[in-house]
Amino acid sequence: MSSLARLRSRVLPTARQLVPFARSLQTSADTTLLTQSIPEDGSTPFTVKLHEDSFRAYNTDAPSLDVEVTKDSLLKHYQTMVTMRRMEQAADALYKSKLIRGFCHLAIGQEAVSVGLESSITKDDMVITAYRCHPFAVLRGGTITGVLGELLGRQVGMSNGKGGSMHIFTPRFFGGNGIVGAQVPVGAGIAFAQKYLERPSATFALYGDGASNQGQVFEAFNMAKLWNLPCVFVCENNKYGMGTSAQRSSSNTEYFTRGDKIPGIQANGMDIIASAQAVKYARDWVIAGNGPLLLEFVTYRYGGHSMSDPGTTYRTREEVQRMRSTQDPIRGLQRYIEEWGVATDAIDKAAKEEIDKAVEQAKASPEPRAEDLWTDIYYKGTEPPLMRGRERDEVHVY
Amino acid sequence: MTAPSIASTARAAKRLSPSTLSRLSVARRCNSTGAEPPPAGGHLPSIATSKILRTTREAALRTPGIKWLDEDGNSPLQNTIGGRETRKMNLYQAVRDAMGIALAKDDTAIVFGEDVAFGGVFRCTMGLAEEFGRERVFNTPLSEQGIAGFGIGVASMGQTAIAEIQFSDYIFPAFDQLVNEAAKFRYRSGGQFNVGRLTVRTPSMSVGHGGLYHSQSPEGFFMGASGLKIVVPRSPVQAKGLLLASIRDPNPVIFMEPKILYRSAVEQVPIDDFELPLGRAEVLVPGADLTLLTWGTPLYHCETALSLLAEPPASLAPLVPEALRGARIELIDLRTVLPWDVESVIESVQRTGRLVIVHEASRTAGVGAEIAAEVQSRAFLKLLAPVRRVTAWDTPVGLQFEKFIIPDAIHVLDAVMETLAF
Repeated sequence: MSSLARLRSRVLPTARQLVPFARSLQTSADTTLLTQSIPEDGSTPFTVKLHEDSFRAYNTDAPSLDVEVTKDSLLKHYQTMVTMRRMEQAADALYKSKLIRGFCHLAIGQEAVSVGLESSITKDDMVITAYRCHPFAVLRGGTITGVLGELLGRQVGMSNGKGGSMHIFTPRFFGGNGIVGAQVPVGAGIAFAQKYLERPSATFALYGDGASNQGQVFEAFNMAKLWNLPCVFVCENNKYGMGTSAQRSSSNTEYFTRGDKIPGIQANGMDIIASAQAVKYARDWVIAGNGPLLLEFVTYRYGGHSMSDPGTTYRTREEVQRMRSTQDPIRGLQRYIEEWGVATDAIDKAAKEEIDKAVEQAKASPEPRAEDLWTDIYYKGTEPPLMRGRERDEVHVY
Repeated sequence: MTAPSIASTARAAKRLSPSTLSRLSVARRCNSTGAEPPPAGGHLPSIATSKILRTTREAALRTPGIKWLDEDGNSPLQNTIGGRETRKMNLYQAVRDAMGIALAKDDTAIVFGEDVAFGGVFRCTMGLAEEFGRERVFNTPLSEQGIAGFGIGVASMGQTAIAEIQFSDYIFPAFDQLVNEAAKFRYRSGGQFNVGRLTVRTPSMSVGHGGLYHSQSPEGFFMGASGLKIVVPRSPVQAKGLLLASIRDPNPVIFMEPKILYRSAVEQVPIDDFELPLGRAEVLVPGADLTLLTWGTPLYHCETALSLLAEPPASLAPLVPEALRGARIELIDLRTVLPWDVESVIESVQRTGRLVIVHEASRTAGVGAEIAAEVQSRAFLKLLAPVRRVTAWDTPVGLQFEKFIIPDAIHVLDAVMETLAF
C-alpha cells in the first residue's frame, strides 16, 4: 500500500471522478506522501502531503494538505498515542478484574484525535469534553496515575476518588462531563470568558455524534456565532452514539455542516498528521476573530460504548476488525517511522513500563478518607453549619 | 406489647453509637472494590431470599388489588384466578412483558428511547422491535428534551406513547417538557387536550457503583408538578401491573424502575394482562407499633432491618434491647409517590403512633419531608415520637462513597429502635 517513505506519483482515483458529488472523506492513517527526502536531523522540518481527501470544508477553505513535520514530532506523536492506548487497555483490564466499578468509557481507536488536538494547542487554550475523557485528562496536565487512581476510586485520583471515570479535571481541562451534550454550552461560556478577558486563545468543546442531536448543542452554536466566540466545536464522530449508528440517529450525518452560519471542517480523525493540521487550522481561525468553527473528526472506537457494551450487537465484528487492521492511527504512523529505520520496540516497551508503574501506584493508593465525603460541596469556609447524613447521628458539623 | 413498655425499657438501652455505625459501614465498604464479590449478606434476608417477593404461582395470582384485563371483559372468568398461568421473571422481563401486552392490545402504542430497538441498556425492550416492528419500537437520538417533547406530541394526538429515558439522572434536560408541558397540558388547554397516554419509563435509584450521574433518585424533584404521576415498583409482579396501569392511566406517568432490582428481584409473574392500582400504598407486613414507609429498593433494606430487630445476629445482639425485638412493625410500600396515598399512611400512623420514612434521595426537601409534614399536621396528637427520615446524605453521590451515602439496613434498624424507644 501507499506509504510515506515511498515517493510515488499520485494515482488519480478514477472511480471517484465519475461521481464527483459523492466524494467522501477517507480515514486511512497511512496515505500521506513525502514530498522531499527525510532530513537526518530529528528537529529539521520537512514537508509531507496529506491525502487529498483528508479534509472537507463547509463555507470555508480546507486546511492545506502540505504539512510541515519533524521526525521528533512524529516520534512524540507515536509515543503519546501508544501510551494512551496502553493506559486505556490497563483500565480495561482493571475493570475486568473488578477493581474498577461503575461506568467507564474507553477511547481505544480514537487516539489521533486527543493526541493530535493536544499537539496543536497551547496551555492557554481550553478543552472540555464528555465522558470519554481519559487521554485528554492526562495530556492536559494530568497524570496517568491520577487517571487510573480516579477510575479505581482512590485518594491519588485526580478528583480524589469522588468522580470516577467521567469526572476528571485539570486547570486547563474542564473535564469529563457525564451528561450527553451538557458540556457544549459550557464550552461556549469558557470561550466567552476568553474573549472577554482578551486572551488570544481558543476553547475546544468536544462532543460525539450522539450528543450532536441534543438541543443544547444547537443553542450553544447560536450563541457562539451571535457573539463571535473563539470556540471550536469538535465533533468526534466515531460513527455510533452508544448503540445507534449515526445514520439511524441523525438526519444530517455531515456534522461539520450542522452549524448553519458557522463554517465547518471535516477531518480524517484516524491520521494524526491530518488531525493535528485540522486543529492548527481551527485554532488559527477562531483566534483571528472569525468566530466559532465546527470541526468534525471522523474516527472509530474499537470497544463498546462503555464496559457493559460488548460493541458487537449493532455492528459486525468484521467491521471492527477491518478498522483495526486497515485504519489504525498508531499502526499507520508506525509504518512511516519504521520505514525510516527507527525501531518502535523501545517506545512500546517504555510505554508498557510506564503504565505498569502507574497501575501499581494507583492500586497502592488508599480509598478516600471518610472525611472527604463532605468536602468540596461548598467553598471551604462558606459551608452551611452542618451537612445532614442518613440519620441523626451522622451530621457533619463544618 | 404495648407502646409505653417498649419506650420505658428501651430508654435505658444502649443505642448504636456513631462509631459502631461507621465501623459497620467501613467493613462493608472494604468489600466493595475487592476482587471477590461480597458475601451475600450472610444469613440475613437479601433480595434473592426476600419474603416480600411472590415466588409461587399461588402467591402471584393472589397479589392484592390485582385487576385482570382479559380480552373478553364480560366473561364470568374475569374475576377468577383458576387456570391462569405464571412465569418466572425478573423485573426487566416483567417490564418487557407489560410493554409487549400494551403493544399487542393497542395498535397506537409505540415504544421509543435511546437504544431501545436492540433491547436498551437494561434489556427491558429485548425483542420488542423484532416482534412489533421498527415502526413501533425505535431508537431516538440522544436528546432527552426531544424525547419527552416528542412523546407529549404523540400522546396529545391520542396515541399511546411509552418513552424511555435511559437513566433517571438524564431526565433533567427533559424537566421543562415534563413539568411545564406534560403536567399542565390538560389544565392550560381548559381540558381540550391531554397527554394522559404518555408514560416515561426510567431506571432509577442506586446501583452500588453508579456514582454522580447514575445513582440518583430524582422523584422528589417532581413532587410539585401536579398533573403528573410518579410510580416506583418494587418487584416484577408490581412492575408489570403498575406499568400497565400507568400506560393506560389517563394522566402522564413517570415510571421509575429501581435499576438494581432489574436482575435481582425474581417472582412468578402472571402472564395474563392485569393492572395494579395507582395512588395506592400496599401494606406488606402488618404491625401495630411503628409504621415503616418506603418505596423501591429500600424495601429490601427495611425487610433486613426488621429481621435484624427481631433476631439480631450475635454481633448486634448487645445493641438491640430485648424489649424491642418483639415490636410489630408495619412495612408499607408507597408505590405511587405522586399523588401519594395520604389516607393509607395516616390510617397506619394513627394506629401505630410512629413513622419512619426511608428513601434513597437526599434528605432536604425530599419526598420524606412532604410526607412528614403532612403526617404531623394530620396525626399530631396520635404521634408518640417524631417522624424519622432515613435518607441519603445531603451530598452528591460520590463514586467511592456510594455505599456510605445510601441508607442501609443498619440505619433503618437504628432509626426504628430510636423511634420505638423515644
